[in-house]
Parts: sequence; structure tokens; C-alpha cells
Amino acid sequence: MPDSLLLLALVLLPFAGAIVAGLLPTHARNAAAALAGGVALTALALVWAAYPTVRAGEVLRAEFAWVPALGLTASLRMDGFAWLFAGLVSGIGALVVLYARYYMAQEDPVPRFFAFLLAFMGAMTGVVLAGNVIQLAFFWELTSLFSFLLIGYWHHTAAARDGARMAMTITGAGGLALFAGVLVLGHIVGSYELDAVLAAGDRIRDHDLYLPALILILLGALTKSAQFPFHVWLPQAMAAPTPVSAYLHSATLVKAGVFLMARLWPALGGTDAWFLIVGSAGLITLLVGAYIAIFQNDLKGLLAYSTISHLGLITLLLGLNSQLALVAAVFHILNHAAFKASLFMAAGIIDHETGTRDIRRLSGLNRSMPFTARLALVAAAAMAGVPLLNGFISKEMFFAEALTADSPMGLMNILPVAAMLGSAFSVAYSLRFIHGAFFGPPATDLPRSPHEPETWMRLPVELLVLTCIMVGVLPAATVGPFLAVAVAPLLGGELPYYSLAVWHGFNLPLLMSVVALAGGVLLYLALQRRLRQGLERPPLLGRLDGQRIFERSMVFLSWRLARRAEGVAGTRRLQPQLRAIVGAAILAGAATVWWRGVGPGNLPPSPVDPVLALVWLCGGACALGAAWMAKFHRVAALILLGGAGLAVVVTFVWFSAPDLALTQLTVEVVTTVLLLLGLRWLPQRMPRPGERGPEVLTRTRRLRDLALAVAAGGGLAALSYAVMTRVPPELLAQHFLARAYTEGGGTNVVNVILVDFRGFDTLGEVFVVAAVALTAYALLRRFRPAPESIGLPDQQAQSEHGVAGAAVTTRGAMRDGADWLLVPFTLTRLLFPVMLIVAVFLLLRGHDLPGGGFSAGMVVAIAIILQYMIGGTDWTEDRMRLRPRLWIGGGLLVASGTGLAALAFGRPFLTTYFGYADLPLIGQVPTASALVFDIGIFALVVGATLLMLVALAHQSVRAHRAAPRPPAPAEAARAPAPLVAAEER
Amino acid sequence: MELVVALAIGVLAGSGVWLLLRPRTFQVAIGLALLSYAVNLFIFSTGGLRTGAAAILERGQEGSLGQFADPLPQALVLTAIVIGFATTALLLVLLLAARGLTGTDHVDGRERDR
Repeated sequence: MPDSLLLLALVLLPFAGAIVAGLLPTHARNAAAALAGGVALTALALVWAAYPTVRAGEVLRAEFAWVPALGLTASLRMDGFAWLFAGLVSGIGALVVLYARYYMAQEDPVPRFFAFLLAFMGAMTGVVLAGNVIQLAFFWELTSLFSFLLIGYWHHTAAARDGARMAMTITGAGGLALFAGVLVLGHIVGSYELDAVLAAGDRIRDHDLYLPALILILLGALTKSAQFPFHVWLPQAMAAPTPVSAYLHSATLVKAGVFLMARLWPALGGTDAWFLIVGSAGLITLLVGAYIAIFQNDLKGLLAYSTISHLGLITLLLGLNSQLALVAAVFHILNHAAFKASLFMAAGIIDHETGTRDIRRLSGLNRSMPFTARLALVAAAAMAGVPLLNGFISKEMFFAEALTADSPMGLMNILPVAAMLGSAFSVAYSLRFIHGAFFGPPATDLPRSPHEPETWMRLPVELLVLTCIMVGVLPAATVGPFLAVAVAPLLGGELPYYSLAVWHGFNLPLLMSVVALAGGVLLYLALQRRLRQGLERPPLLGRLDGQRIFERSMVFLSWRLARRAEGVAGTRRLQPQLRAIVGAAILAGAATVWWRGVGPGNLPPSPVDPVLALVWLCGGACALGAAWMAKFHRVAALILLGGAGLAVVVTFVWFSAPDLALTQLTVEVVTTVLLLLGLRWLPQRMPRPGERGPEVLTRTRRLRDLALAVAAGGGLAALSYAVMTRVPPELLAQHFLARAYTEGGGTNVVNVILVDFRGFDTLGEVFVVAAVALTAYALLRRFRPAPESIGLPDQQAQSEHGVAGAAVTTRGAMRDGADWLLVPFTLTRLLFPVMLIVAVFLLLRGHDLPGGGFSAGMVVAIAIILQYMIGGTDWTEDRMRLRPRLWIGGGLLVASGTGLAALAFGRPFLTTYFGYADLPLIGQVPTASALVFDIGIFALVVGATLLMLVALAHQSVRAHRAAPRPPAPAEAARAPAPLVAAEER
Repeated sequence: MELVVALAIGVLAGSGVWLLLRPRTFQVAIGLALLSYAVNLFIFSTGGLRTGAAAILERGQEGSLGQFADPLPQALVLTAIVIGFATTALLLVLLLAARGLTGTDHVDGRERDR
């Protein structure tokens, strides 16, 4: 199998499995487990297949183009170290899957569990195999995300939610720091490729930015590996199902931190800063974790703190800047994974079979579950570092390193003592685990009567414990070659001399081991009484409650500080917000002018034409009038708004923009009708006679707003004058003008830009229009008018033709007999076909001459709305069956279909084809595919405009039905007319 | 000529901003319409003011900026007009719905506390 395929499969397979598992039915636990197990075993097989390559000291690589423009490639690489971790992830993963199959309860949604687990496995593999530091940071954050989901799997319990949130907050924040760190690192090296980074160690260490990069990256690694003072999340994460703990806290999540430190050891390690930060964090964590672990009453809590302590040990070894210590660290990573996973599983079995994990309640399980007891005993002995087990050998190496470590400023002279102390603590808590749970008199008050678990559930533990023994007895034969393969790439291919043997003769490390073992036993015996009392928190360090500190700071940040900031800067009122936006815009504009200044333009102003000046005298007056009238005289304001709009239209015509003028004119009509329809539902507002002028407060507000308005208007005027009097040397327009016909096949350049060059914009825009129309329609379906505007408007109720006035809403028969508005009624009916023809005309010629789908659609909509206005809703709907939503859907389909059709010819989306067709009578018609696109836009515009207008118009029909009508003789004689309103319920 | 158009833009924008800051929803709707006139004109004006030079080519012609007005701002403004229409319509429907729901036409959905 080619390397690239193997690596890709290794990363993608778990994610694919996760998706499939997520789609399984809720209670398909066997299927989900089989799937997850299959994926994990396949991954393991793939890892094994890569062994010959990595043993030869070669690196498997795979590269994929990612963002070529930025020089970024997505690359995967697997050297011996990555190989070891990939094996750990998939191997322990397979065991955990088997264990979880029997651990998870019948009522849990198990496929979801396996989906998360597989996704996590994929993310972890991604971290391990990333060939690029940005990718590494990406997968790193993915592991945080999926561990969040896994820890919070039992999301109905508060502990799980809190634990998940805490883990996410701390490791996620660390991940962000890591991301910043690798960016700095990439900046130093000039490449984000891991190979380049690892090769540039000296350059990195000498660089000015070394320290910031180091601190940021270590923040990521230390939070992930739960090093002091970031260790607080790990004990809380014990709320997760035990298989998750076994997986996350033995071989994967927390090991990602030490993985990263070891990975970047050649690039970042070897300096005093590295030693000080990594070494001291490791040392403190080793001691504090082990000490607190002794006093835990929860089996999993004990294992959690012991995990913290062992991670501290590994971190300390990595911090010592010695090659042998690095070997010991990698070795201990392996050993810890084996014994800790089995211990977590054992704790899970106890919990599963007895219903509790409290050491104070458990006792004497040796009788009821002897086999599990022996397995746990061996694993715990390995954890304590008892000879002939794997933990012993790596601990010996640690002691040897502790004795020989040379450190700046002699800081590590205490190291041998500290090492012994930590080791003694670990003996004590291992004893507590075993003695508390399995020995003593049989417990009487357990929730369930304990018995041995199912054979298959125990199998993973058996395999792991077997590993512990094998490695412990025959280290060089079993784990030796793998360790060599893993360590070699970190040390540049050269291995230091080390001996993996159980017996090294009588030497100082052995003596230290004996002292630690004896000390641990004595310590446990001495503490017996205190432990029996059931302490809630460890003595001395009990006050250092990380969880409370964390939660307090969270409350402060996300609640108190946020509330205070909101109180200072926030408001729910719209006006201050708008004021702030407008003010900020003015300030931004003014600041730019202040800093950069404005020079004279390079275009002489053209002479003023009195006609246009006059037009704008009216237009400006209209705008000011609209602003003045909008409060009390809405119709007047609307008319004045139309006046200003017309002035804009004239300006467009004047300055060579016929398309704009056409569009603006039609939009103007439709907008006015829309607003007119809406006016009816707004409350009446009249200046109260005899009232004194506005209050002082109101007056100051108005003055302030006036100042803002004047500043904004004046600023924009100055800005546009400045823009108009200068012309840039290069304009994009040149390109469009030159190619509109030769490549777009149309002579109307604006239209060609819209439907061809920038067709994607137009497509997006029509989707927006469609969405707006549907939103308006949906909002109006649930529309409830205010009570006082339900009744007939005064004009209709009081008019002489009270009934005729209401005829707008009643059956068409009424319309035919009535003579009101007869002339416009006849005229609009006559105009209707003319307008449709104009619309078709505009549509067809759009590509070459002013026109196009949008204005054509607007014209059709106006033609129909005219019928509505004059003929009345019912009269029109009796004669025309409008289906606005079909028009919208059809339009979108045609427009996107035209774009997609280009794909069928092997061209990019929305590429157009053009030619001319000779039609009889009509002559040459451009038949660019852009025309079809334009037809789609046309249909959509017709549909969207009608949908909104008709929906709004129908509100009156609805309201009239609800409103009590004045009794009218003609109406009384008639049977109550059923109303049409096809769109209504 | 530039001065006239610039002043027109200024007056439209000023009236628009004034209305935007008013408390009644209808005022805001009219203000938004006025402001979009101003902005559209402004974008349009960035292409320069040319008379009698609409960007309509002859068949087969390669146009140049010497002969024709700049079509790009025009295309942008055309899109802006359409979107402006859509937002005005949406705003109108929203303000009607809000009026029905809250019983007032104040932009905050309730009258200002005095």
C-alpha cells in the first residue's frame, strides 16, 4: 500500500466510522461496537504495516495541496515516534471499545458514544501524524472538542456537564495558545512543515521570539497534560464513563501534551528556559498529584491524581534536557498507558459490579471477584514500581536520571529526594487502591452484590496486565525494539547507550527503589487512621481547591465582568445604537481625513447645468420635506420620498445610466405601493393642539441628532465631491468594457456585468430577494393588527358609498355594477397587455440595450398590482390565478440551472454561452445563455414582488371580515359572500 | 455639476440620518430609503459624471473608458437598488408585525419611560 494512502486511511477511517456510527439507531450497540472495534483494529493493522518502514529509520509521508497560494500543504508524516503513538491510540482504542461494549448500560445511546470515541481517535491520530504544525494545532483543538463531548456523554448529570465544560475551557484555551505559538514558530522558521521546524532547532533557540513561542506552545502542552496549575480539569473529567477515562487519561488526550513536548524537543528543548518551565512544572505536578492521590476516596479520583502525578514525572524527564531522560520519558509513556488503562478498567469493573467507587464503602472484593482482584493487584504494583513489572524499569531509569541530572544553578539537587518522595507516595496510593477495595472484611452495604464480570469485559484488562508483566520481565526482548524505533527520530537517529534490564546490580537507583517502597508502605500504615476517618480533602493542600478557583474566575469573567461591561456599554434601545453607529462612521471618516489630508483633485469640475440644478432644488426640498413630515403626515412624506426618488432617476438618466434609471423608477413605484399598503396599520399620530413645545430633554436630543445628521450629510457630500473630482489611473471598468461583447456577447455592458461577469453576485442577490419575500409572507400570515386599526378606515366608513368603498374587498359582481373610478379602471385594463408586452421587450433586449430581467419583472408586477388597486382583490383574483411562490421557485431553478448547465459542458459554474438567433418578424435576438439566466431573474422578481404586495393587500381582506361593518341595504339583501382569498386559511 | 450632485447626496444623507435616529418606525423606514438613495448616488458618482456616454457598445466593439461611462459602479448600484428594495420591504413588514405585537410604533417596541 502506498504511504500516502496508508496515512490518509489512518486519519480518515475513524472519522468515517464516526459518521456511520452516528447514523446507527439509538440502541444498536452491538453494531456500533463492532464497527468501532473494526475501525480500531484496521487502524492497528495499518500501523503495523508501516513498521518495516519506520524500523528502517525512514519516514512515511503524504502531501496534499491545501492553500497553495500561501505555501500551505496538508501533509501527514509518520516517523518512529509518531508510529509508536499511532499504535498506542489504535491499540488501546481497540481494547477500550471491547471494554465499553460491556460497560455501557442498555439504556445509554451507545452508537453516539462510539461515534464520539471514533472521532476522538481520528483527531488524536491527526495530532500524531500531522506533518505541519498548523494542522497539528487544528487536530489538537479537535481532540479538545471531542473529549468535551465524551466527558459530557452523560449530559443529564451536572457533574458531567461541569467536568466537560471545565476540560473544554482549559484545554481549549491552551489549544488557542498553542495555535498562536506555532504561528510564531512558523514565522521564525519560515515554514510550517514539521520537518523544517525540527531541522531548525538552533535557529529557533537563538531567535528573539524563542521565549514567546516556547511559552505559548508550552501553555498548550501543559494544559493538555494537566500539569500544575492546570491540572484541575482532570479530576473533574472523571464524571465521564469509565472507558472514556481509560482511553483519554491513559494513552491519548493527556498524552498529547507530553507527545507535543517530546515531538518539539529537538526544536525547542535544551535551553535553560525549557528546563525551568518544563522541569519545574513536572516536578511540582509529580509531588502534588501523588500527595493528593493518597487522600482520594473515589477510586477514579485516586487514579486521576495518580495520572496527574505520572504525567508530571514524564514532563519532568522531558525537562531534564538529557537524552537518556528522553528515552526514559518515552518508555514511561508506554508503561503508564498499559498499567493506567488496566487500572481504570478495573475501577470501572468494580463500579459496574458493585455500584460504588467509594474506597470507604468498598472492602473485601478479593473474595467475590478474585480474578479481577489479582489483575488489579498486578497493575497497581506496576504503578507503584514493584520489580519485575514494567513500571519498575522506567522508574529505575528515572532515579538514575535524577541522580545525574545537571541543572543550571544547582536547582535540581533536591531531585533525588523528590524522586524518592514521589515514588513513596505512589506506593502509598497504590496500596490504598488495592487494600481498600479488595482486602479486609467483605462489604455489607454495597448497592449490588459483587461478582466477576463477563469474560469479554475482563479480556482487555488481562491483555494489558500481561503486557505489564512481559515488559517487566523481559524488557529488552519485548519493548526494546519499539522503544528504539520511537526514540531514534527524536534524537536525530543516534541512540544513547541504555540498558533495558531488570537487574543492574546493587546500585544507587536500586537502593532508592527499596527506600521508596518501604517508605510508601510505612506511610500508608501511618496514615491508616486518618484515612479511615474519611477525610474530604487532603491535609495541608486541602485549601488549594482548583475547582473552586476555576469556577470563581469563570463566574467573574462570564457573569460579573460581562454584566458590568454590558451595564456600562450596552443598551437595548435602538436609537443609542444607531447613534453610535452613525457617530463611529463619522469619526472614522474624519479621522482618515485628519491623518491623510485631502489634496486637490485631478479633474476640473464640469459646468453646472441649470436644469439639473433645478431638479435637485426640488429633489433636495423633497428629501428635507420627507424628513420633516414623516412623523405626523405619513402620506405626504411618502409622496415627498417619491419626489426625491424621481430626482435620483433623472440624475441616472442624465449621467449615462439608463439601466439604473429604469430599475430605480420601477422600484420606486413598487416601494411606494408597498408603503401605502402598510400605512393603514400604523397608529394615527397627530400633533395635539394646545400642547406646549417639546420638553427640554427632547429638544436637546433633537439638537444632537440634528448635529449628527448635518455632520453625516456634510461629510458624505464632501467625500463624494472629493471622489468625483479625481480619477484613478487604473480602472477595472476598462476590462469589462473591452470584453463585454467579445467575451460576454452583449452590447449593454452593465447587463453583461450583472448576468455574466458577476453573475454569481446576481444569483446571490436574487436568493436574498426570494428569502425576503418568503419571510415577509411568513410574517404576514401570523400578522395580528393592533386592535384600533382593525375597523374600517374613517374614509371608507364615512364615505357616501360606504358599500362601494368596501367593494374593494367584496365579490367581483359588485365591481361590475359600480361606477366609481370607472375611467382609471377601464384604462388599467387596457394598459395591462401593453405593459406585459413592454416587459417582454425589456427582457429580451436586456443583453444589448437598457432593460433586463429585473426591470421587466418589476413592470409585470406593477401591471398586476395596478389591477389589484383599481379592480379590487377579489375582482382580480377571480380573473387571474397568481402563484407567486411557483414563480419564485421556478425563477430560482432556472437561474441556478443555467449556472449549473455550464458544469455539464466542463466549464466553471455560471459560464455563459452566446449567439444570435433570427426570429421571423422580430429580427435578431441575442440568445446568450445569459438570457435564460435573466429569465430566471425575471420570474423570481415577479414572484417575490407579487408575493409581498399581495400578502400585504390581503391583510385588509382579512381585517374586513373580522371588523363589524356598517349595515347596508344592498348587503343585507345578499347572502353572506364567501371570500376567495386562495392564500388564506 | 459635481457640486450639485455632491450637495444632493449630502441633503439626502442628512435627511436620512435624521430620520434614522427618530423614535417612530415609519420615520426609520423613510430614513432608510433616503439614505439608500444617497449611498446609491454616491457609489454611482465614483465612476465620474459623464453625459451621453451610456455603456452600450456597437456589435463587435471593444469599448474603452474614453468613449463610455464607467459601467462597474452602475452594475454595483443596480444590485444595491434591488437589495435596498428587499430590505425596505422587509423592514416594512417587520414594523407592521411589531406594531401588531407590541401595540406601539416605537422602535423599541415600547414608549420611552419618562
